Parts: sequence; structure tokens; C-alpha cells
Amino acid sequence: MIKMRTLTAVMSGLLAATAATAVLAGGPVDEALIIDGETEITTRTAAPEGHPFDELISGWHYRTDETRALQADSFQNPGMLYVERGEEIWNTADGAAGKSCADCHGDASESMKGVGAAYPKWDAASNRPVNIELQIDACRKNNMQAEPYKFDAADQKALTTYIRHQSQGMPVGIDLSQGEMQSWWDNGKDLYYTRTGQLNLSCANCHEENNGNYIRADHLSQGNVNGFPTYRLKQSEMVSLHNRFRGCIRDTRAEFPAAFSDELMALEVYVTWRGTGLAVETPAVRQ
Amino acid sequence: MTLTRRQALGLSAGAAAFLAFGTKAGLAASDATEAAIKAFTGGAMPGSGKVSLDTPEIAENGNTVPVGVSVDSPMTADNYVVAVMILADGNPNPAVATFNFSTMSGSAEAKTRIRLAKTQNVIAVAKMSDGSTYMDTKEVKVTIGGCGG
Amino acid sequence: MAAPKPRVKVPKKASKGEVITIKTLISHPMESGQRKDKEGNLIPRQIINKFTCEFNGQTVFSCDMDPAVSANPYMEFSAKVEESGTFKFTWVDDDGSVYETENEIAVS
Repeated sequence: MIKMRTLTAVMSGLLAATAATAVLAGGPVDEALIIDGETEITTRTAAPEGHPFDELISGWHYRTDETRALQADSFQNPGMLYVERGEEIWNTADGAAGKSCADCHGDASESMKGVGAAYPKWDAASNRPVNIELQIDACRKNNMQAEPYKFDAADQKALTTYIRHQSQGMPVGIDLSQGEMQSWWDNGKDLYYTRTGQLNLSCANCHEENNGNYIRADHLSQGNVNGFPTYRLKQSEMVSLHNRFRGCIRDTRAEFPAAFSDELMALEVYVTWRGTGLAVETPAVRQ
Repeated sequence: MTLTRRQALGLSAGAAAFLAFGTKAGLAASDATEAAIKAFTGGAMPGSGKVSLDTPEIAENGNTVPVGVSVDSPMTADNYVVAVMILADGNPNPAVATFNFSTMSGSAEAKTRIRLAKTQNVIAVAKMSDGSTYMDTKEVKVTIGGCGG
Repeated sequence: MAAPKPRVKVPKKASKGEVITIKTLISHPMESGQRKDKEGNLIPRQIINKFTCEFNGQTVFSCDMDPAVSANPYMEFSAKVEESGTFKFTWVDDDGSVYETENEIAVS
């Protein structure tokens, strides 16, 4: 029996080698993302002026048939469980003021439509850009008299997913003319091209110079963020954008900045801009 | 590429193993898997045919691998599929799930998503109402992620 | 953690004798019992171990699950419907909790 197992291991090694060769041939697939056979999502678009690429491609195109199919079926997409949980939170009063999101904002399918496609945006009160998570926290503090969420609390991820989902299919477009958005964009761009960590890698090394290639068995995408929060098969959970930023930086074997820090907010502004015109996919499904 | 003598020997042994067992991959199961199959069938080793297992050739992540089974059966009161057991031969514990059907199932088909610890064989064993059993085996390659692993 | 939430997709109507496809999904971490926490202690197993689909009180399909079923377990299967009635779906957790939901179908 033991002998047989050893031989099986050798055999699977050979097969894996063959498979890897086959896989390496693939770039982004040429297919359309149509959710439930009804809603077509813009997953390829012409890049905005000043962008290093000619065409922007959603990470969806870099995934396997099975992963892409999960996202194309709104029932099978496990991210939709978090959209439903987010809807519950939206309608539930919290904090000393006894208010829910819905008490002020009403029906999210109307009031939040387009909001997720336009964040991060300039916030005069805090004199910096805010993303959806920070906007929720501001609402909780100022209007609901509730505690801000801890980073990546289950409810923060579900509510952010629900709000961003209301813009599903709408093109990403942030306003850089407000406040000091442009200088945050500049800072974000600097970070994007700065090598970090023992592996000495910048965002651009993988996602600009090598998208379509493999890093070990991982098919590198352009690193667009139009699908966040995204359901990742690896975590079997919703993964927030700042969690992914931190994970990527950690993987270069570097110290990673705090969520919502100036560094990561600048990066969010810049990377969101890099996906201008791609449709919001939230909740996307990735590997 | 240059090969050392040891590597060359290893490769040819691997190739020989592939030739010898390539057509009988399902038989090279671990002791735990074999015990689970026998417990399910009542001691018999299942035949081939009737049951078909649908798995991706390559799974992007082992935490969520879609699997489907279908069994060729009229699903009538005197001839139906009682159950299909799914096993993952290379997991710490090969047991994955058992689908229990009835004549009200209409067709013996089911899909779910499973965890695979590494590249390995996934096995489906079908038990029919007359007690006969059938088996299908598919290898799923589980990829390893980028720098993070 | 919010209570596990089932989602079920069943056609609202069907013709007599039709074989329909049913899809179910439930939010649950399916803690395998094989993972360790930050301190290196084994996180105890807690999974949904049984799923059952009944139609008008009779079991149509069930599934016994082990820890190798993915988080947020998904089940797709079929049912042959001869009359109008109610599908009842039940998930049983290791801790004894039972999660249920029901769907009506009109058969003509």
C-alpha cells in the first residue's frame, strides 16, 4: 500500500508539471461577464488619459472558468450572503441615537446608487479622502452615536459590501478636482511605484509589468479594485480593499501600514483611479 | 536543462509508475480511503461506470473546489440510487460528504463545493437500490498562490 | 457572528412530474477542527453536519457533511414534483442549532 502511495505521488507530480505548462499559456480570457444572463458588466474599457495601459481589464478575466462562473450567478456567488447581511444592518437601529442607516438614507437601492462608484472622495471635515468604511464610521459617530467599527469587523465588511453593491454595473469614476485629492493621488502614485520588502517589489512590478504572467501558480491581474470588497476563495470570506493592500505588502516581506492610514488612503485614491470606467462588480469572486 | 543521475533515475521511475498505474489511478487509494469505500459498500470494491464525477482540472484555491456527481439511473421505485459518497484521497481525513437520494429526487445529481488540502484524487462511490456499487475518480490539481503561499 | 442565514432557490411553479433544480446556500464558517489560532491552539470543529430537503413531509434529498465541505456550504440537487406543496430545508449544526426555511411550489 505504501509503495502504491509513493508511486501515486510521483505520478501526480508529473501530471502537475504538464498542467502547469498548459496553464502558463493563458492571458486574460476573452469572455463577457453577464450576471444571471441579464446584466452585462463592463470588464474591459479604454484607459483614461495619462494611464500606463491602453485597455483596463478586470481581474475577473484572469480567473479560472469555475471562479468566473461563481461570480456570474448571483445565487451561487457567496458574496451575496454578505450583501443580504448588509441589508439587515442597514435597517437595524444602533447607537444611543436609536437610528438605523435607513432612518436617514431610506431605500439604499435609490439613495446609495452610484455612491460606491464615486468613492473615495474628499472630506472637508477631516481634511482627507474618505472611503466607504470611513464614511460609515463618520455616520455612526456623528448621527447614530455609535462606536466606529473595528477594522474588518464582520458588520463593517457586510455593510460596505451592501452599499457598494448598490452601484454594481456602474462605472468607477472618482472626482480628483475636490479638495486636495490630486496631491493624495500623487502620493498614491509614488507608493505604487516604490519597491518594498525583502522581495523588493512594487505594486507596478507585478500588476503593471507582469499582469497576465504567473507568480508561482498565481495568474497576475492588473490589480484593479472595482470588485472590492471581494469574496476570496482562499479566505472563504469577504476581503476588504485595505486587507488586500496589507496582504500584498506583507507578501513582499515588508512592514505594512495600518488600514485607513494616510499611505493606504493615498494608494486607494490612486488605484481606484487606475480602474476608471470599469464597472463596480461588488461582490466580485477571486481566488 | 541538465539532469543529475539521481534526478534522471527518479524521472524514469516516475514515468514507469505512470505507465503501470495510469489507467488504474483509482486503485492507488490510501488505506483510510479504501476503508471508507468498503464501509460504504459493505466490503466490496465498486465497479466502474454509471457514476460520473465532475471536477475542475485545476482548482485556483483548494478551499473552494466545485464538484458535481451524476449517476445514470431511471430513479424509479425498483431501480434508484440510494447514495453517493464523495472522498478526497489526499486530505487528512478522506471523508467529504454523502448525498442521499430518493425516488422523489427525479435524477441522481448533486453539486457542492469542497476543500482539498493539495493536488489529489477525488472519488465518488454510488450505491444503487439493488446493492451494486460504482466508482469514478478524478484528479484535481490544487495550485499554490503567489508570494504569500 | 450573525446567525447563519439560509438562501434557497426553488422555482415558484412547475408542471406535474417535472424534475426541478434546487440550489441552497447558507452562511457558515464550517470550522474544520484542523486550524490553529494565533496562540497555536487548535480551533474546535464546528460545522453543519447534515442538510435535509423534505417535500410535503417526505425526505427528497439529504447530505451528510464532513469538515471538507467548504465554508458557506452550497448544495444543488433535483426533485421530481407531482403536486403543489411545501419544500422544507433544514441544516443541523454541530452545536445542536437547527436552521430552517420553507418554500412553496405550485404544480399544475
